[in-house]
Amino acid sequence: MNLLDRLMHRCRRKSPFLFHLNTGSCNGCDIELITCLSPRYDVEQLGIHLEGSPRHADILCITGPVTRNTLEAVKTVYAQVCEPKVVVALGSCPASCNVFAGSPVIEGPLSKHIPVDVYVPGCPPHPDAIIEGIARAAQILADRGVSEKAKGVPQK
Amino acid sequence: MNLSGLIHFFLFPGILFAVPAGWFYMWGERKAVARMQRRIGLPLLQPFYDFVKLLGKRTPSRHGIEADLLRLWPALSVLSMLGAIAMLPVFHDGKGFSGDAVLLVAFLEMPSICFILAGFTSGSIYGEIGAIREAILSVANNLVFLLSIVTIAVTENTFRLSDLSGGTWNPGHWIGVFGILLCIPAKLRLNPFSTSSAEQEIYSGPLTEYAGAALAMWELAHGLEWVALTGFVTTLVVPAGGPWWFHAIAFFVVSFIQVMLLSTVAAATARFTLQRAIRFYWQWAAILAVLVICSTIYMRVR
Ligand code: SF4
Repeated sequence: MNLLDRLMHRCRRKSPFLFHLNTGSCNGCDIELITCLSPRYDVEQLGIHLEGSPRHADILCITGPVTRNTLEAVKTVYAQVCEPKVVVALGSCPASCNVFAGSPVIEGPLSKHIPVDVYVPGCPPHPDAIIEGIARAAQILADRGVSEKAKGVPQK
Repeated sequence: MNLSGLIHFFLFPGILFAVPAGWFYMWGERKAVARMQRRIGLPLLQPFYDFVKLLGKRTPSRHGIEADLLRLWPALSVLSMLGAIAMLPVFHDGKGFSGDAVLLVAFLEMPSICFILAGFTSGSIYGEIGAIREAILSVANNLVFLLSIVTIAVTENTFRLSDLSGGTWNPGHWIGVFGILLCIPAKLRLNPFSTSSAEQEIYSGPLTEYAGAALAMWELAHGLEWVALTGFVTTLVVPAGGPWWFHAIAFFVVSFIQVMLLSTVAAATARFTLQRAIRFYWQWAAILAVLVICSTIYMRVR
């Protein structure tokens, strides 16, 4: 890695912007994610910032078991997040459909539709676990940027 | 162009100072809010990390005039802010880019106009809502902003920036400074005047469709806006005379005090609705208008 790549690697790891997408979750996981921003957990220390628009984001945090209504939204929002990007599945719902498995309106699990990089299991997961998941996602993001450049993926 | 003009543009208070200072002020604002909420808050280099990271994002390719315009607006904002900062009479020696307050106001207004145009160019419904909100807010706060500058100009009997600057003991001068301070939260889109870029309600408004390097330019423009607006107030309140290093240090310190003041207001308030924001500014506008008229009459009969 040359100096510029090292700088970019560090900056990507230190500045993950999140976009939170609810695909029909019971709101348990959403509340736990928002808890991470509160004074008790204070994820701003890690440079984590919850963004309003998927275009600004690096990490897509998805909660919920992917209902039929939200499937198109998941694909659209995933496409709107600019590369390099990482997907974090929060809770047991996106991983396995959890208690909603077998329902005719559920299209999950999430990995059937978009690639998932980090799973944070739990129903709902503890905020500490969520923070660890996001920190790991930030590391993956930084490494991915470097490996894509090495593979010759066009950078523009 | 003279040498001191170049120094003002490139070194101090221009690019070399203003860009890191802008990041530092943005950090100061977020850190102060964090501390007031009993959090530890972000690391010192966070705005720099964000900027570099955004430069490394691969953005969707757009074509045609719309793509060029979307890139033009943030660039124009950055340039106009650099122009405004270079114009500030930091050393009160009449050197640098001398100009008058009207040009400075035009420069300071550019980011807001670009912000509105960006919202309409993006074609996103949230962008358009944000642009309309920004336009209405801009009309409301500019009335106070312009009247404040007119109040100062009338009391000092000039529009030349170098003559306006330097705190005098004229009450009109300080009322004008107070009026400008009232407008800064709206110009920087801070709480309680952050309706136009509300993240939760309208997905960041006009910046919804921005990504990567163009978004980084907006962040840079925002940092420079901090430097320009707080710097403008600083040049109005720091007395003229004294060595150059005193003015350089005072420029930084007084600006940073304002950053802390503005962050306290931002942390202590919730987002105003548009009507409330307009009512707030137009009440002050009415008071300032009366004061301007009174001081003009006073200047005439004196
Ligand atoms: S994992 Fe549990 S808490 Fe989270 S959305 Fe599913 S059911 Fe709700």
